[in-house]
Amino acid sequence: MEGTDRYLQIENVFKSFGGSAGTEVLRDVSLTVRKNEFVSIIGHSGCGKSTLLNIVAGLTSATSGNVFVDNRQVVEPGPDRAVVFQNHSLLPWLSVYQNVRIAVDKIFGGMMSKDERHDWTLRNLELVSMAEARNKKPAEISGGMKQRVGIARALAMKPKILLLDEPFGALDALTRAHLQDRVMQISMELGNTVMMITHDVEEAVLLSDRIVMLTNGPAATIGSICEVPLERPRHRLELISDPTYVGCRAAVLEFLHKRHRFVDAA
Amino acid sequence: MSATLRSVPRTQDAKVVTLNASTATAAASEARTQPPRPVVGGSGLKAAARRCALDVLPPLLAVGAIIGLWEVLCSAPDASLPPPSRVVSETWELIVDPFYDRGGIDKGLFWHIYASLKRVALGYLLASIAGIALGVLVGSSKLATRALDPIFQVLRTIPPLAWLPLSLAAFRDGQPSAIFVIFITAIWPIIINTAVGIRNIPQDYQNVAKVLRLNRGEYFMAIMLPAAAPFIFTGLRIGVGLSWLAIVAGEMLIGGVGIGFFIWDSWNSSRISDIILALVYVGVIGLLLDRAIALLGRIVTRGTAST
Repeated sequence: MEGTDRYLQIENVFKSFGGSAGTEVLRDVSLTVRKNEFVSIIGHSGCGKSTLLNIVAGLTSATSGNVFVDNRQVVEPGPDRAVVFQNHSLLPWLSVYQNVRIAVDKIFGGMMSKDERHDWTLRNLELVSMAEARNKKPAEISGGMKQRVGIARALAMKPKILLLDEPFGALDALTRAHLQDRVMQISMELGNTVMMITHDVEEAVLLSDRIVMLTNGPAATIGSICEVPLERPRHRLELISDPTYVGCRAAVLEFLHKRHRFVDAA
Repeated sequence: MSATLRSVPRTQDAKVVTLNASTATAAASEARTQPPRPVVGGSGLKAAARRCALDVLPPLLAVGAIIGLWEVLCSAPDASLPPPSRVVSETWELIVDPFYDRGGIDKGLFWHIYASLKRVALGYLLASIAGIALGVLVGSSKLATRALDPIFQVLRTIPPLAWLPLSLAAFRDGQPSAIFVIFITAIWPIIINTAVGIRNIPQDYQNVAKVLRLNRGEYFMAIMLPAAAPFIFTGLRIGVGLSWLAIVAGEMLIGGVGIGFFIWDSWNSSRISDIILALVYVGVIGLLLDRAIALLGRIVTRGTAST
């Protein structure tokens, strides 16, 4: 069970920008994530949560410290750590289908036949209910739909860890709720290991098994971790008055607003 | 916008500058315009007729007014330029039969324009290939930018015709010299705009490429070219306009069949009306070339402009 209990290991990660005299963003961050666990990283804007996600993704390198995924050290970006970017990052000249297919072709080109790759692309689009709109260009679909395609593209890579960088941040409240439910359902069905960056307390409590709270930057570190022992499947309406939900929500709010209130620089 | 502005070469020739500026603004305003929306309300036919009248009537009236003024100004017996009525009557043979060929340079206007277009096509094609390749190099490598950008900035300010004596000396023949002048005139905006397009590829697309581990070739084809395509086509569009400007001037000096030499030859034989007719042709062809590249750009970059 060693491998699945310590599926993602972040060990003593430090990150500074701009050399030794630059600003320290992350200080001594260590975190272990189990396989199939849904972990949220929450903190005020600018505290370095996206930097932490980028380090796990391999898009940014840590100044010191190590990251291991499934016992292999992270040295560069790769499809085993698929990222759903905040602003969807679809390629606007490709159709919805092609945006997913380009990932499938690149990753499974040697393993799957052309038909299998087509089917796999479609299956992932169906998972997010975007198969109907597969021939549309990103400019022709709504923000929520774009984000669903971004999620389908990430899922299609069969990643070991799904990295969500404020995936619902740019969406209106109704679309956000709908998409949160969908992500919750998909990650439960597929048993994904997920690390999500968010600044939305309700979202973190609803989706996560654990909520990792970062202190304010500069030199942010893990201030506290909140377990969310709620049964799955979870339903947002039933949870509103659930004492565990309310307790977790209060704990995170208390952390963010009392102990680490956002200090405005100005 | 900075791309189009920066790529306009500074030339002494006032005509060149204004034409470039109008091309640049045309490209910019086009980038802003949204896809046409269906007209709502009103009876369809009536609305279409009104739109047509609004679009077609003002330019027709303006052209009519200018021709009328010209007719009045040049009707005096001692006028140095012919009035439009005489231009038409004197060039009627050229207008009705652009395809005649009596050997040598005594050909219909179609053949002259065809010869000019062939030179432009070859020079412009070479400039497009070399310009995009150099633009990709300069746009993707900081070292190449540092090394080559100052050279480009100096070379692009040299007026096209200044290259002609040098290329005549190098090639010892008019034909390749003309093509070289087209090439060297058209290449700068293509290089500079391509480089700007490559440099402006959003970090998001680069991150997607990194997560997918695209190799250099895949990145070039799947991300770089399509992402920079709108910029590349801005450069190509300015380039084609400059090519057409340069060919007319170049052909005046190298001679042979071609619309530029036709104008020069007409001047030497005092056929002023022929010159005026040729200028109309040059203007219309230049407009068509510009629109053709713009249309090609719209087809190729469909969907890239708006995210």
